[in-house]
Amino acid sequence: MSVIVLVEHTGGVIKKKNFEAVQYASQIAKKAGTTVTALVLGTVTETEMEGLGQYGAQKVLHIADARLDEFHARAYSSALVAAAEKETAKIIVTLHDIGGRMVAPRVAVQLKAGLVAGALSYPDTEKGFVIKKAVFSGKAFAYVNILSDTKVIMLMPNTFPATKQEGKAVVERLDISFSEKDFVVKVKSVNKVTGEVSLADAELVVSGGRGMKGPENWGILEDLAKELGAATACSRPVADSHWRPHHEHVGQTGGTVRPNLYIAVGISGAIQHLAGVNGSKTIVVINKDPEAPFFKAANYGVVGDAMEVLPRLTAAVRKFKEQHK
Amino acid sequence: MKILVCISQVPDTSTKIVLKNNNTSVSSDGVTYVLNPYDEWYALIRAIELKESGIATEIHLITVGKADVEPVMRKALALGGDEAIRIDAESSDAYETAGYIAAYAAQVGYDLILCGKESIDYNNGTTGTMLAGLLDMDYIGFATDIQIESGAALVKREIEGGEETDTCNLPLVISCQKGVAEARIPNMRGIMAARTRPLKVIVPSKITAVTEILTYELPPAKAGIKLVSPDDMDGLVALLHTEARVI
Ligand SMILES: Cc1cc2nc3c(=O)[nH]c(=O)nc-3n(C[C@H](O)[C@H](O)[C@H](O)COP(=O)(O)OP(=O)(O)OC[C@H]3O[C@@H](n4cnc5c(N)ncnc54)[C@H](O)[C@@H]3O)c2cc1C
Repeated sequence: MSVIVLVEHTGGVIKKKNFEAVQYASQIAKKAGTTVTALVLGTVTETEMEGLGQYGAQKVLHIADARLDEFHARAYSSALVAAAEKETAKIIVTLHDIGGRMVAPRVAVQLKAGLVAGALSYPDTEKGFVIKKAVFSGKAFAYVNILSDTKVIMLMPNTFPATKQEGKAVVERLDISFSEKDFVVKVKSVNKVTGEVSLADAELVVSGGRGMKGPENWGILEDLAKELGAATACSRPVADSHWRPHHEHVGQTGGTVRPNLYIAVGISGAIQHLAGVNGSKTIVVINKDPEAPFFKAANYGVVGDAMEVLPRLTAAVRKFKEQHK
Repeated sequence: MKILVCISQVPDTSTKIVLKNNNTSVSSDGVTYVLNPYDEWYALIRAIELKESGIATEIHLITVGKADVEPVMRKALALGGDEAIRIDAESSDAYETAGYIAAYAAQVGYDLILCGKESIDYNNGTTGTMLAGLLDMDYIGFATDIQIESGAALVKREIEGGEETDTCNLPLVISCQKGVAEARIPNMRGIMAARTRPLKVIVPSKITAVTEILTYELPPAKAGIKLVSPDDMDGLVALLHTEARVI
């Protein structure tokens, strides 16, 4: 019996959030007196996989099938089920990200396993197998007890930091025969916005609302984002007016972000907007209206005109970076 | 082509959450319930568009809940849809909900099952994936555009840092988000027509949930804001570095 964790990668590179999942799984395994096996799919180097040992994985199961270099929800699910069965794993960990959300629930029904989507805590095993998650878009938390023998946990990224230690995982090759059904959905084209920081994974986000007045003023917001290495986001009316692309829309009806720092510029802080950003660790609000509701949800506030404050903040960040080189 | 749209009723987006019974449940006093925005604005409206353009022949709407969800189902019917189905059960997790819907869908047989990317109450986003698993169907999540042509779907979906275009023959389960369709409001004709459209009640064979919510908790109040003068952005950066430790 072991704990199994699905580790995705982007073109052979394993990202920080996957290290978080491995370490989370390893803490659970430690407590349960067992070990962690990471499942890696597609083309990845031996060194990259061995490196998972630094986050607590004892073993890596590697399915090298090159068809898995593309994301195929069904094939990934079949692989995870096969790996869980091979390891007689009773606890399966994935991330609560796009990939995890297309795979883990399928695995859960296949194994008749209870699942917690968006886990924010380690399981508390005193009263069962209880995990905390956000509900009502961050307006409350629920403590969910998994009743089934097999358990699936989808960990919310950026919840527990991953810290590197000494260690090297043993890589073992796993061959499974996929069925044709596993690859029915064909990927026709992939369009990645290169050079920009992806919003869902971003640790820092600079976001603009109607207070930015118009798309022509976004340059100063992008300058700040660039200086910080942050992703950009916006409120719903901004996306609806086509000032910014739809994928930048955050909130109740758009995307959810949980960065370490969310800087809201010219956004009033309507409850529907907060629903998408209230998981941020630190919130800075820049607004010219001292009564703007966003100030109630913020850690730091600047009452002022965005057009003046933004360039100053960008300059201050630049100065800070030069001093801390 | 027959489409099934999964509908969930949720507290209105501006609801303040109040806990009761020793924090073991969420109060519904004074709460207005609405159609889950992702189900309504994106999944349902796209299904209606597909029917208007002659691609879909029939749209069924399905929900799991007791009689109190019927007003929301009527509202959904007022937007469009030929028939609504209410699975008469008080489901306690996504596994149970998906199980009921899958059992019904397997009986009728649908070419396309649409749902929202997540419901804004429990924020799981698992129903669509579970349905596909239970029905042994293909699944595309987080769609931003859905086109159907000669029995196949061409779907744009969100991926990390971009977008991917997938193709797949029907039948298929798709979860929908922003981009798939534009929001609409029901018109008088729709509201009148909705009254006469069938709302079937199905008593399911009981499925046992595999999780339970023990307690709820409200987030702690923010510790109070620190205001920084707009003339002191060096000061703000210093706070973000030394106090918040985020840069
Ligand atoms: C069902 C539903 C779902 C919704 N979903 C979402 C969602 O997902 N995301 C979302 O964002 N909204 C959503 N909304 C809309 C939400 O209620 C608000 O209307 C919206 O967030 C407001 O956007 P805003 O803050 O950019 O604009 P406004 O509310 O117009 O606020 C603009 C702010 O900018 C400030 N300002 C103006 N000029 C300046 C300046 N020069 N310098 C600094 N500050 C300035 C103003 O003081 C004001 O606070 C939803 C609404 C509903 C009903």
